[in-house]
Amino acid sequence: MLNPQLNKHGELQHLLTTEGLPKAVINHILDTASSFVSISDREVKKVPLMRGKSVFNLFFENSTRTRTTFEIASKRLSADVINLNIQASSTSKGESLLDTIDNLSAMHADMFVVRHSQSGAPYLIAKHLMETGQHHVHVVNAGDGRHAHPTQGLLDMYTIRHYKKDFTNLRVAIVGDILHSRVARSDIHALTTLGVPEVRAIGPHTLLPGGLEQLGVRTFTNMDEGLKDVDVIIMLRLQNERMSGALLPSAGEYFKSYGLTPERLALAKPDAIVMHPGPMNRGVEIDSAVADGPQAVILPQVTFGIAVRMAVMSILAGTQG
Amino acid sequence: MNSVIKNLHIKNGHLIDPANGIDGKQDLYIVDGKVASVGSAPAGFSAGQTIDATGMIVAPGLVDLSARLREPGFEYKATLQSEMQAAMQGGVTSLVCPPDTDPVLDEPGLVEMLKHRAKGLNQAHVHPLGALTVGLKGKALTEMAELTESGCIGFAQAEEPIEDTTVLLRAMQYAKTFGYTVWLRPQDAHIGRGGVAHSGPLASRLGLSGVPVMSETIALHTIFELMRASGARVHLCRISSAAALELIRAAKKEGLPVTCDVGAHHVHLTDADINFFDSNARLTPPFRSQRDREAIRAGLMDGTVDAICSDHTPVDDDEKLLPFAEASPGATGLELLLSLALKWSEDHGAGLSRAVSRITADAARVAGLDAGTLSVGAVADVCVFDPAARWVVQASALASQGKHTPFLGYELAGQVQATIVAGHVAFQRNAR
Repeated sequence: MLNPQLNKHGELQHLLTTEGLPKAVINHILDTASSFVSISDREVKKVPLMRGKSVFNLFFENSTRTRTTFEIASKRLSADVINLNIQASSTSKGESLLDTIDNLSAMHADMFVVRHSQSGAPYLIAKHLMETGQHHVHVVNAGDGRHAHPTQGLLDMYTIRHYKKDFTNLRVAIVGDILHSRVARSDIHALTTLGVPEVRAIGPHTLLPGGLEQLGVRTFTNMDEGLKDVDVIIMLRLQNERMSGALLPSAGEYFKSYGLTPERLALAKPDAIVMHPGPMNRGVEIDSAVADGPQAVILPQVTFGIAVRMAVMSILAGTQG
Repeated sequence: MNSVIKNLHIKNGHLIDPANGIDGKQDLYIVDGKVASVGSAPAGFSAGQTIDATGMIVAPGLVDLSARLREPGFEYKATLQSEMQAAMQGGVTSLVCPPDTDPVLDEPGLVEMLKHRAKGLNQAHVHPLGALTVGLKGKALTEMAELTESGCIGFAQAEEPIEDTTVLLRAMQYAKTFGYTVWLRPQDAHIGRGGVAHSGPLASRLGLSGVPVMSETIALHTIFELMRASGARVHLCRISSAAALELIRAAKKEGLPVTCDVGAHHVHLTDADINFFDSNARLTPPFRSQRDREAIRAGLMDGTVDAICSDHTPVDDDEKLLPFAEASPGATGLELLLSLALKWSEDHGAGLSRAVSRITADAARVAGLDAGTLSVGAVADVCVFDPAARWVVQASALASQGKHTPFLGYELAGQVQATIVAGHVAFQRNAR
């Protein structure tokens, strides 16, 4: 089966995952994004690239943050944005997921930005659009289950490139709940594609999925060893419901072993940057002194995120199925 | 096409009857629904109907150890009528159906009704498994003796593992009392619960929750201990992993009264076939690694695996066109069983006779059925197939109401030309 996110010319038809995305496509997205960064500083923060296009934000899982960034990105591209919060899952709801898509397609949607609690849901939508001949409609995965969050992965790459210039001499550590993290997966695929020689995953055995080595990742259970001499630290959010139970005994004990403190940060390279996809749990995965410190680039990530999402949407809108 | 012909002559075919060690060109003579003679015509035989099987294999009708007919309760997924037609097109003349219908097959009345409805269609012989516990809830034993009287050939928990080991022990002791076989798919009640793919690199990559191999092996260790304590005979359904087969091999060597089957899909596919979240490849148990698949193939060769079943589970579109984890597990299988068994024999160099044996004589032995052979005097259930004919698996080619299979688009060898049930020609592809 062909990679469902590329069309037969190898152009981006949908953005579903960073896995298997050609390096040239990633670089094209990052280059396009850098041309959009300055737009946000202008007095008129709009370009007409998607004027007359309708973007549907389909959020089957709640997320104010991500939805807002996509909304802002769409508006800066002059697109019309329609937000739909569909909290009930497709099975518990009367209407099926694909029925919803067909209905919205009939309203002449040009792009679906999809967040869903199930891994693979955006693939189902993309496949359905292809099978029903709707090649002009594009799908952007805004996070599916534990599988992927490609725009987050790409904005992380943008951030790293901005501060570190070159990917091919970096050590990058991803810390925390790798098992449940779609951000970690999207980061790992993008980092290895861009030629980062050493990607590390740090966490307790209960939060490290099997098979990470096959993805080209070195795993560490000792935070101090894992942080030694790294250039980039990506902290992951620990979900509330996982802080006490069979995976972890308590948030306090987690912070003791895996919280990023100034002392631990000192083990990394002196110019290491600290990233976090947000929202942060201060005192659970990250100490406030680090989060607000000079090495944190967490707020620039948010700013770059708008530009990267603008880049992705404008590139997709320019692809003729 | 249910013509009742007193005498039937199947001529010029290549007869394979593994139970009797026959593998050669032989004519088959059927009188009054029974095999009357093999090789030469019995005295005074005159054929009411003749099937020319030139270039064909004449084999016993297939015996399928797991086919969900979806009645009662799930008629929107499939009906007895559609699935019995699928059985005929697949050459399956005896099938064992698991008790996870709605309501569950835990009362004699339900079993009698199912048997009666199946008999009315006059196609495959239907052999239900009764529920081992009431409602499959793992709490109270069913009336096994009553259920057996109404037609159950064994007792199963289908996809519901018994959480309380004491109940499982009691169920096995009670079954042993009357000499019934307990059919279990080994799965731990907790580990892997809710998982949808083999725990491994692919599940990690795709972010799908996993079912580890130990879900199967932990359950097996428990079952074997309970077998030692109770003496019950157990048939293990749809084994999926190399580690489990290793344990079963040792248990058989030890002399425990255990047999096992594998699903036909698992003989050929691995977790990689999930590809980009293809819900047609969502099966229970999940497809495992390449190493596991090779162990299944080798286990079939050396007899650790007794039989291949179709694991026929029709699912309708609405339940498959969903995100992978939300899609209902299962694939249509009755019409693919023969071709998939032949594909194993071809890929593995197992020989046609061995492949036929795993879906006829061996399966019948496991289920304790008087079927799967063409011995003189046996009920004349016959499958005549063209081993070389190739067909493309597509929805329109399938009689089953379940159109979902991971083999969609595959070209497979082996096509049933005629299916004979108790001497009736119940299905014939091209009347010659």
